[in-house]
Amino acid sequence: MKNLKLLLAGTVAALAFAGSAAYAAPGTDGDLKILFWQAVSTMNPYLSGGTKEVYASSMVIEPLARYDEKGGLVPTLVTEIPTVENGGVAKDLMSMTWKIKPGVKWSDGTPFTADDVIFTWKYCIAPDGGCAQAAQYEGVKSVEAPDPQTVKITFTEPKPYPYSAFVGAQSPVIQKKQFENCVGAKAPGCTSANFGPIGTGPFVVKEFKPNDVITLTANTNYRDTAKPAFASVTLKGGGDAASAARAVLETGEYDYAWNMQVEPEILAKMVAAGKGKLVTSFGTQVERINLNHYNADPSLGAKRSTKDAGPHPSLSDPAVRRALSLAIDRDIIVEAGYGAAGKATCNIVPAPAAVASTKNDSWCLKQDLVAANKLLDDAGWKKGPDGIRAKNGVKLSYLYATSTNSVRQATQELVKDMWSQIGVGAELRNASASVFFGGDPASPDTFQKFYADVEMYTNNFDGTDPEKYLAEWLCDKVPSPANGWQGQNIPRYCNPAYDKLVGELSKTAELDKRAALAKQLNDMLTEEGAHIPLVHRGSVSSHSLKLAGVKMNAWDSELWNVADWSRAK
Amino acid sequence: MTDATVATAPPAKAATPTRSALADIWRQFRAHRGGVVGLIVFTFIVLAVFVGPYIHRVAPNAINIRDKNQWPSLAHPFGTDNLGKDMLAQVLAGGRISLAVGITAMLLALFLGTLVGVVSGYIRRLDGPLMRITDLFLALPLLPLLLVILMLFRDTLRAAFGPETGIFILIVFVIGITSWMHTARIVRGDVLAVKSQEFILAAKSSGMREYRIILKHILPNVLSSIMVSATLGIASAIITESALSFLGLGFPSDFPTWGRLLFDGANFLQLTPSRVLWPGLAISATVLSVNYMGDAIRDALDPRALKH
Repeated sequence: MKNLKLLLAGTVAALAFAGSAAYAAPGTDGDLKILFWQAVSTMNPYLSGGTKEVYASSMVIEPLARYDEKGGLVPTLVTEIPTVENGGVAKDLMSMTWKIKPGVKWSDGTPFTADDVIFTWKYCIAPDGGCAQAAQYEGVKSVEAPDPQTVKITFTEPKPYPYSAFVGAQSPVIQKKQFENCVGAKAPGCTSANFGPIGTGPFVVKEFKPNDVITLTANTNYRDTAKPAFASVTLKGGGDAASAARAVLETGEYDYAWNMQVEPEILAKMVAAGKGKLVTSFGTQVERINLNHYNADPSLGAKRSTKDAGPHPSLSDPAVRRALSLAIDRDIIVEAGYGAAGKATCNIVPAPAAVASTKNDSWCLKQDLVAANKLLDDAGWKKGPDGIRAKNGVKLSYLYATSTNSVRQATQELVKDMWSQIGVGAELRNASASVFFGGDPASPDTFQKFYADVEMYTNNFDGTDPEKYLAEWLCDKVPSPANGWQGQNIPRYCNPAYDKLVGELSKTAELDKRAALAKQLNDMLTEEGAHIPLVHRGSVSSHSLKLAGVKMNAWDSELWNVADWSRAK
Repeated sequence: MTDATVATAPPAKAATPTRSALADIWRQFRAHRGGVVGLIVFTFIVLAVFVGPYIHRVAPNAINIRDKNQWPSLAHPFGTDNLGKDMLAQVLAGGRISLAVGITAMLLALFLGTLVGVVSGYIRRLDGPLMRITDLFLALPLLPLLLVILMLFRDTLRAAFGPETGIFILIVFVIGITSWMHTARIVRGDVLAVKSQEFILAAKSSGMREYRIILKHILPNVLSSIMVSATLGIASAIITESALSFLGLGFPSDFPTWGRLLFDGANFLQLTPSRVLWPGLAISATVLSVNYMGDAIRDALDPRALKH
């Protein structure tokens, strides 16, 4: 009997020991199931600006440094963040030096060196490459490697905020060996590399089905040998936001779902089921309506929405653009579609507080139908018998495109109703999110092609410095067939004064002045009607109560700390 | 053999005044209880949809955000949606579109199907080619075809007829040309059977022209199967339109159709079930009643039944 007790105690002790040992070992928590209702089409963020691609690839390939959930920089593949104080950034702000962590390996076991970093830069700036993240490398003159563990970036002019290249999920480092023959025009053709990049992140692509499922397994060469806790990740794409929310919050089939753009009342009902919870973080996402500055008349065929089509017949009138903004009651849109996850805004740069302008809030945040009507009357747009205003045969009637999503369709209807009160007509159109944001140059329904008069979607910027984001509205960033529709200046806004001011921002070092300039640029875009900012959106995702370690991050990829996620015990 | 003698009965009857033939059919129809119920329900739906908006005078797309997500009340008998739009008005407006799409698309499919079926059944030379074309259409994957057609012709039609009429024409056309094949097959089979019977031979030997034989003798004899595919066609056209709206390919999103209402309401099933209930019920009731009517019409037109 005594012996038996001893034996039992021994077994228990052995089990306990085994248990604690397993706790520290990677890959013990099984499969992590993630749901992205917009399916991922590539794992190479340099070939697609879509958030979903950037987020998915952030589990595999990593930048040198990234942003944490508070917007602060944390080193990923380097020993520390270079600053002027620690000598990492030159005093004249013309160069910076990153020190790579010793012993970092690619998932194929080869060492990670400065050569790969240099190659990544060359890959993105290669002519004809159509690099979607070219803005990240703006102002970089050269990237050199004094030794295999050191990367020196030299800028064309002083860079007061140098954390752009190789920082954040939008500019991760790719392996030179794998992508060597995929530079320039050959980039999109390297399917196996684009679908299964070799990375330094916690997971490795096992199988990639474009626009469907991605299976990943733990990276055995990951630098932290105790991570990741999950042995594999299944990232399922497709469906819609509401069913994704349901799969996590109500049925518990999935552990994590991204981008819960669902009516607030429905989400509240689902959370009540008690299987999961919502996590929100206000970053820099703004739902906006882009106003096409070029003519989008279908009769122009392939020329529409390009420079050759000429200016838009009515949206090129500043009075019209201003009136369209004045007519919108943002509070109602927030109430109907966003609830606690949205705030009315008139800024395209809504955060951080230091660069968020309040200048236009006085006229723009409040709906003012009288002023809007007067503006249009004064500009000579007269109401016709159908209630739609027109001038010289040009009608104020717009094709209004967005992605398929019940909140967006409801917003469309609300805006249409508000615009109808100032004599502006709208025809609503929606395309499946995978198509709209898919970036397929052959599809006429992508947001880059903008074959519509106005279109609505959300965009944001990584990190806390808006310089490269504001550089997206430069004249030379207009998408066109020549650049494979890859430019980021979707509204086709072009103002030399704006370009000049962006140039000034990139030369300014003092933080106060930078903030002032950023506000000025933001105000310029709002005042001149490059677009109509509607809602400052919090990123809302949902995760199962059985998942631990999620730190919602609005400044970088939401999956930034996926290596730390584990099964809640 | 008895079949043949029975089948010769209708031409003999055709000599008597048409009124009594119609009365006969009506009598037969009334005997089918399901058909009568179907007729009543269908008439009610059609009336409600076309006359209803004159009684319930609320604009279907009037937004009133303060009244959102309401359960049925006197002011809003079917409740409201999440933008505060009246559901009853939307179901009525949606019904007009859905029924119009269903009936027009059915007529188009019926015309094409009957034409192909009769021609290929009656004219042996054309039978092979026409049936191969039918096979081709049957083999076409419907959804990719719809995507391509919508993409190619959307802008042209929109420019020519405006967004709503343009899409209406496109959808009716697309549904029509992709759903005539079954009618064609059935009609061809019937024509082949009827063609070999003695009264056709008699008509031929009396020197009757071919097209008159088709119109006077063949068509009346295959009418029952045409009527059945017609009724089934309405149902499937309404459902196809719902599927298209469901995929976001149909009418603009603020243009209510039953399919669209169902799609939009699906997320709100737990919150305001009436948003799904009424359009769903309307689709089911229409499809069911039309099917029962089809059943009854087939029975009524069946020459064997007329004998009694």
